[in-house]
Amino acid sequence: MKLNRRAFLGTASATAVSLAAPMVFAAGHGKSHVVVVGGGAGGATAARYIAQDSQGEINVTLIEPSRAYYTCFFSNLYLGGFRDISSLAHSYGTIASGGVNVVHDWAVGVDRDAKTVALAGGGSVPYDKLILSPGIDFVDGAVEGWDLSAQNAMPHAYKAGSQTELLRAQVLAMPQGGTFAMVAPPNPFRCPPGPYERVSMVAHLLKETNPTAKILIADPKETFSKQGLFEEGWNKHYAGMVERVGPDFGGANVSVDPDAMTISIDGEVTKVDVCNVIPAMKAGRIAELAGVTDGNWAPVSAADMSSKADADIYVLGDSSAQGDMPKSGFSANSQAKVCANAVRGALTGSTIFPAKFSNTCWSLINTNDGVKVGATYEATDEKIAKVDGFVSSTGETDAMRQATYEESVGWYAGITSDMFG
Amino acid sequence: MVSLGIRRDLFAMVLLGSALVSGAPLEAQGLGDPDRGAEVFKQCTACHQIGDGAVNRIGPHLNMVFGRQAGGLENFRYSESMTRAGVDGIMWTVETLDIYLENPKSLVSKTRMNFRGLDRAQDRADVMAYLREFSQDPSDIPEAMPTATGTDHDLDPAILAIQGDPEYGEYLASECKTCHQANGAADGIPAITQWPVEDFVVAMHAYKRKLRPHPIMQMMARRLSDEEIAALAAYFEDLE
Repeated sequence: MKLNRRAFLGTASATAVSLAAPMVFAAGHGKSHVVVVGGGAGGATAARYIAQDSQGEINVTLIEPSRAYYTCFFSNLYLGGFRDISSLAHSYGTIASGGVNVVHDWAVGVDRDAKTVALAGGGSVPYDKLILSPGIDFVDGAVEGWDLSAQNAMPHAYKAGSQTELLRAQVLAMPQGGTFAMVAPPNPFRCPPGPYERVSMVAHLLKETNPTAKILIADPKETFSKQGLFEEGWNKHYAGMVERVGPDFGGANVSVDPDAMTISIDGEVTKVDVCNVIPAMKAGRIAELAGVTDGNWAPVSAADMSSKADADIYVLGDSSAQGDMPKSGFSANSQAKVCANAVRGALTGSTIFPAKFSNTCWSLINTNDGVKVGATYEATDEKIAKVDGFVSSTGETDAMRQATYEESVGWYAGITSDMFG
Repeated sequence: MVSLGIRRDLFAMVLLGSALVSGAPLEAQGLGDPDRGAEVFKQCTACHQIGDGAVNRIGPHLNMVFGRQAGGLENFRYSESMTRAGVDGIMWTVETLDIYLENPKSLVSKTRMNFRGLDRAQDRADVMAYLREFSQDPSDIPEAMPTATGTDHDLDPAILAIQGDPEYGEYLASECKTCHQANGAADGIPAITQWPVEDFVVAMHAYKRKLRPHPIMQMMARRLSDEEIAALAAYFEDLE
């Protein structure tokens, strides 16, 4: 089976080369080709593990437009002044040294019949197995009055980097006693505690620089992740600063005017100084272009993260509709390892071990006040299903909260070293 | 001396009987003979002082050790591992001391206490009865039990004897490496590479049985089989 298959693939790839030049590299030599689109927590991890564990048996290409990747996780800590922006940046040098062919370009199309990925810069890359891990894009028209052309006036800062720097600069430039507004996203979205950790970090920054400033959150959701912990922390550290308008009071009925810098909540218009619009999200566009999405997300099989639309395509992380796991960097990294093991097994006959998934999300509320929520998951026929979980408690000791924060710093070092080497 | 010991034992039977009837937790079942405990404690005195004027030496002094947080004396330099155990929530109680005295590494992997442990539950009960005499409020701590009823926390030798499959361990370990760095660096989360297999297995089972308090580690360990723990131990032992 294995030999026949590989012989067949070799022939097919050779044909593809002759028909569809230019290729970024020539297929052939009997080696299998895995192409990974997106170099974040899912894609970088998958590329690195497949290259490392197959010991040269599989050619791995990683397509990622950015030369420096800024992690979305911990970018709120930069907003709060706990990290430098440079500490969030990671290069692909070690991944390349580990044998991954790193291509800095945009993937702009997938030809599932020819099994090639088209690049914005021209040319295409052939694959036997394609792993899509493109993160999120925003749903058009999700917040009335806002589109990507308004992202300078009203940043989303939900893809880290220049947007995050812009948002921090805007917070620091707020007039004394000014208002920071956030339009929070509906479920499901990347990093469920993220908007509320961001509120905490902005509050921390404002308390130092602008203590009479206010934070206004328009939220379409009844409840949110770690709500009790965040609300306890806001009362304790930032009393009177944070106001959240939930759906009962029109938090889902929001529009913005980026020119006038106003936000309308249930018809009531407020002039604000900073407006952080976090729109509804969907799978990164390449997943849609590949035809593997159903609605906003790409359904996958829980056992190996393979697309339900195409057995040779896998979708990791935020873009996937997998079941119970939250959309987080930790989840994407966990899914990548299960996927890497399955892809390697499918292409080389190595042992495919049973899927095991886990996630933990740490959030920082104030200096040395860290909290966490986590769970383990298993693959069922239907979905990735939660097995077990825990969450920090309200009223924990200061020492415990500090230990949790220090643990999160350790986790950041761990996961970035796992992703980027 | 002997008659005193017997009287204690008789008294304890009564206590134990009532404890069982009222459904008291294990730790309320009581301690042993403090006089015999003083004898057993002699092997501890090379490092630990106790009683009037006791000071920290190689190990911390043990006055009022019951109710103390692990790593909790401000003027003693503990191992990182012991300090972390305290932050994770270990307090010295009859139950935790019993576990620690049986095998220190079951609670604190890299403890500096270089002691193989007291296998016999009666020895541990007796030493704790002796330590209890130097506690501020001994009435808070149960006394006297008739014979060694202590729970053995030691792992079944059959579990320790399992030969782990390093290939499976490598796959399972990918989940650990999200937090614990593969290169052995420790930055807020302990390194777990190149541990002796037995220490690794003992630690993971301590999480699995909730003898150790960390919620993430308890959760991760809970779904690992004995074979999977052995596989992880085999893999991490050789990871450089």
